[in-house]
Amino acid sequence: MSSITSKILDLNEKIEQLHKGGGEAAISKQEASGKLTARNRILALLDENSFHEYDLFVQHDSHDFGMEKKKLPGDGVITGTGTISGQPVCIYAQDFTVAGGSLGLAHARKITKIMDHALKLRMPIIGINDSGGARIQEGVGALAGYGEIFYRNTIASGVIPQISVILGPCAGGAVYSPALTDFVFVVDQISKMFITGPNVIKTVLGEEISQEDLGGAKVQAQTTGNAHFFAKSEFECFQQIKNLISLIPASNTEKAKDIPSSEPKQQTPLESIIPSDPHQPYDVREIIRSIADNSDFFEVQEMWAANIVIGFGRMGGKTVGFVANQPMVLAGVLDIDSACKAARFIRYCDSFNIPIVTLEDMPGYLPGVDQEHAGVIRHGAKMLYAYSEATVPKITVILRKAYGGGYIAMNSRHLGADFVFAWPTAEIAVMGPEGAANIIFAKEIKEAEDPQAMREQKVQEYIDKFANPYVAASKGFIDTVINPGETRSYILHALALSDNKEEMRPAKKHGLPPF
Amino acid sequence: MENTEEKELVPFVILARYYNTTLTDKFKHRKFWVNPVKGEVKSFLPGTVDKIFVIEGQEVKKGDVLLIHEAMKMKNRILSPVDGVVKKIDVAEGDKIKKDTLMVYIEPNK
Repeated sequence: MSSITSKILDLNEKIEQLHKGGGEAAISKQEASGKLTARNRILALLDENSFHEYDLFVQHDSHDFGMEKKKLPGDGVITGTGTISGQPVCIYAQDFTVAGGSLGLAHARKITKIMDHALKLRMPIIGINDSGGARIQEGVGALAGYGEIFYRNTIASGVIPQISVILGPCAGGAVYSPALTDFVFVVDQISKMFITGPNVIKTVLGEEISQEDLGGAKVQAQTTGNAHFFAKSEFECFQQIKNLISLIPASNTEKAKDIPSSEPKQQTPLESIIPSDPHQPYDVREIIRSIADNSDFFEVQEMWAANIVIGFGRMGGKTVGFVANQPMVLAGVLDIDSACKAARFIRYCDSFNIPIVTLEDMPGYLPGVDQEHAGVIRHGAKMLYAYSEATVPKITVILRKAYGGGYIAMNSRHLGADFVFAWPTAEIAVMGPEGAANIIFAKEIKEAEDPQAMREQKVQEYIDKFANPYVAASKGFIDTVINPGETRSYILHALALSDNKEEMRPAKKHGLPPF
Repeated sequence: MENTEEKELVPFVILARYYNTTLTDKFKHRKFWVNPVKGEVKSFLPGTVDKIFVIEGQEVKKGDVLLIHEAMKMKNRILSPVDGVVKKIDVAEGDKIKKDTLMVYIEPNK
């Protein structure tokens, strides 16, 4: 046998050995808990035969607490590049079968190397998290590793898409990398995220709670809003990631790929979705599906702050971000959570050159001591900031109510909207007719022989005068009043006109959004 | 998923106008505001009552140390918020208590 052949055989043997990860027992345990192995996750997510691995031979150089005797294949993380539907991506997956996927310095350096690669080559970075946390034996080295990841998450933020997939535990410092990235995917019963786990909480505070109830997938998707996408299985999760990758550009200097335009499948007349009684709700997602290409709507943070709906779709083949009040939940009010949810999404769209289509039907801000004390002023302002700051094409359609501060906040002309259309059902006013009449006509109502009848009369007067789009139209605050059936064609026209939109802002280091 | 289909529509009033809509769990479980009672000393963190320095009936001045509350590895000195008389001590040394537990009530001097 020639020495070259033997060297190649030797290489193949080394690779085979390292590909076994933490060994058969650990792999069976991983699979028994309903989880794929790190390598199989990468293979399931990427296009066939597209994965190219880096740093398989990396080893830690820690020599405390017996670590010098432990060889950890790949140091517990698999990194590399590949494609998703032809789109190049960088990817890493923590391998729970190797030392519990614990993060040491070599492990972290593999991750930061692939992150640097993604940033330099301007492609998305996908991180699959499945780790017991810091590798305690390495001490501060592990902390350094986390810090170096966070730093890169921040530097890459708004430049390349960063996607975190939580497929196992992700606790302590580890949670902050996902929190800094654009989108977090979780899977029911598999994902667990928390800063301090149930054991510490029990010891320190005496509160008993399961991992699932503390930071399981449902909690993160529904209660905290930390997760953006919830799936029932790893397979469904990978489909969601593929879907997202197809909708967003590879970096902030590109636009999302256009595909041929297609008509909405859902052909319900728009005016029939909205109940004629203004007190009755409807599902605003029906409106979105009735105007989006192929009626496809990829909702983001569906379960959290459901009083506002955000997500991606296409119109005329171009990716757009939809922001819509949801009358079906809390009447579609704005509150802290919904403002935070919308503001971040608007900033995402703006960073990645995705036009924003806003559908408005909102009665005002949610009243309450809890809201005020939790800082609804500061949090609500995030939305004003995000809309005003955004320079991507901004289109608003006022469907029904546009009252008070909410009218301003929902991408009004005053915050720089490029196009504002209103349906004839729109009511643009400083507040609802009942509230306004109570204030303006307080004296008349109080002094009337029949205050109730007088109130009703004055409410009607107010409705006749202001509960329509024509006052705002007369001031040029909305561009035109349209027939609901024309909504899609008006938006398509506006998007086509805005393709080369350029809007300059004064040079600055960065603004100060009310974090 | 906040399953809106299965949820009941309820009237919800915003700015004097009602809307039929569904409520979120978070909204339903929101904390209601209660006016604070002057002289009530509550725990600001969950923790352990380490040591109590006062007895019921004792007169205290604003700023006197009432007890040591150990929380987050720190021994916190809990001070009297008012001049008054210790009317009630609701905890004992060694008690593990939750956040917002009433520990001591000082009846303020008139």
